[in-house]
Amino acid sequence: MSGQALQPNVIPPCKECALHPAPFPGMAIVSHHARRLMITAEPQFRSSDDTRRSAQMAAAQAGDRGAYEALLRDCVPLIKAIAGRQGVPPDRTDDVVQDVLLTIHRARQTYDPARSFTAWLRVLTERRAIDLLRRTRRHDSRELHVPLAFESYPDDHADPARGIESADASGRVNEALSGLPPRQREAVEALVLKEQSLTEAAAATRRTKVALKVNLHRALKALRQKLERREWTP
Amino acid sequence: MTGSPHDSLIHGLAADLKPVRRLPAPMLRALSWLSVVAAMALGLAVFANVHAMWERITAAPDMWLAVVGSTATAILASIAAFELSMPDARRAWAWLPLPGAVLWVAASGFGCLRAWVLPETHVAVLNEARDCLVFIVSLSVPLSALMLLMLRRACPLQPGLTAAIAGLAVAAAAATLLNFFHPYDAAATDLTVHVVAVALVVIANRALGGRIFAAKVFVPADVTGGRVRPN
Repeated sequence: MSGQALQPNVIPPCKECALHPAPFPGMAIVSHHARRLMITAEPQFRSSDDTRRSAQMAAAQAGDRGAYEALLRDCVPLIKAIAGRQGVPPDRTDDVVQDVLLTIHRARQTYDPARSFTAWLRVLTERRAIDLLRRTRRHDSRELHVPLAFESYPDDHADPARGIESADASGRVNEALSGLPPRQREAVEALVLKEQSLTEAAAATRRTKVALKVNLHRALKALRQKLERREWTP
Repeated sequence: MTGSPHDSLIHGLAADLKPVRRLPAPMLRALSWLSVVAAMALGLAVFANVHAMWERITAAPDMWLAVVGSTATAILASIAAFELSMPDARRAWAWLPLPGAVLWVAASGFGCLRAWVLPETHVAVLNEARDCLVFIVSLSVPLSALMLLMLRRACPLQPGLTAAIAGLAVAAAAATLLNFFHPYDAAATDLTVHVVAVALVVIANRALGGRIFAAKVFVPADVTGGRVRPN
């Protein structure tokens, strides 16, 4: 225990009455001092990071997108740490992060910049983490973990020839796909095969979202017709 | 931090950002709801026989104590509901209306135990008690709608509890306003009907409010809804 460890809790002398405050709260009989001890309690825990986040959130309330984006990125590791402490399994942490980010967005008008942003975020994260844990527990209670069941209860409909069949089918799909006009094929490849979102696909292919949707729709219709025809006339 | 799975969400949220006006303190918002109730009370007072009501209420201590109790419950519960609607509110706010509710229930219950019935009043028969139920429930509908809409502007992360306390505030306010048109002395039938009415309002608020608050407010189309799933 060094003297330095106690440093942050030392209260400087009161400027108004030029007297040293009581060494511990129990001795602060004078109400002025007592009040001062209580008021100084919160700012002691406000780090420069916290003050910066408060300012960023205040800017976000005024509509500053840059500050908001920086703040949200800054929040991600914090949310992960708090969720971890709350007992959220690592594979579900990202769900909590998404929930909390959406909650921050929804609740941004309720934040008072005079108060600690980190404390506000902590409560939001804890609540969202508890919600997720409850959901997971409810889900788990309906499922069984039976690793041996896979061997004990074989699939009656399992067919060794299915692999060959599906390879054959995918070959036919590929063939039908290659017969499509280039723009339609591009839409299918980006949205279906690469599973990109419309925004990502639009950026990658430099087409508008509407054009992509229309092309995908036409491509699927053409594919359906081609494959159906193939089935009837082998 | 490129390549983070949350990049697209953060980007979408930032793109959706609009300037917001900071919400006033919960106490102020509760006061504005209460002022609507007060305006309703003034409106009803025009039609009611205020003098007769005053005579009736001041005739026995349990009568005016019950009115004080229901008024206190309405005030305290509305403050608690607006506090609870803040996302970082402590659950302990839910206890705030307890003193008012205890006074209200105790005074009304005491009225039933009283051996004599106040002069110039009569004990309500079931038909008349049904009117009380209709009055409380129908007055609760606009008050609940206003309260839930006001609460929704904050972001209650404890939706069930917030809505239930809001329901208590509404039911207590409606029961207080009922006194204008309530020429009955407290009796078991009447009290039962009041309890049923209050319970109905609280349960309805809880069921509806939970759903209203849980409704998704923001789903950025480009982030979560943008994926195309062909069937």
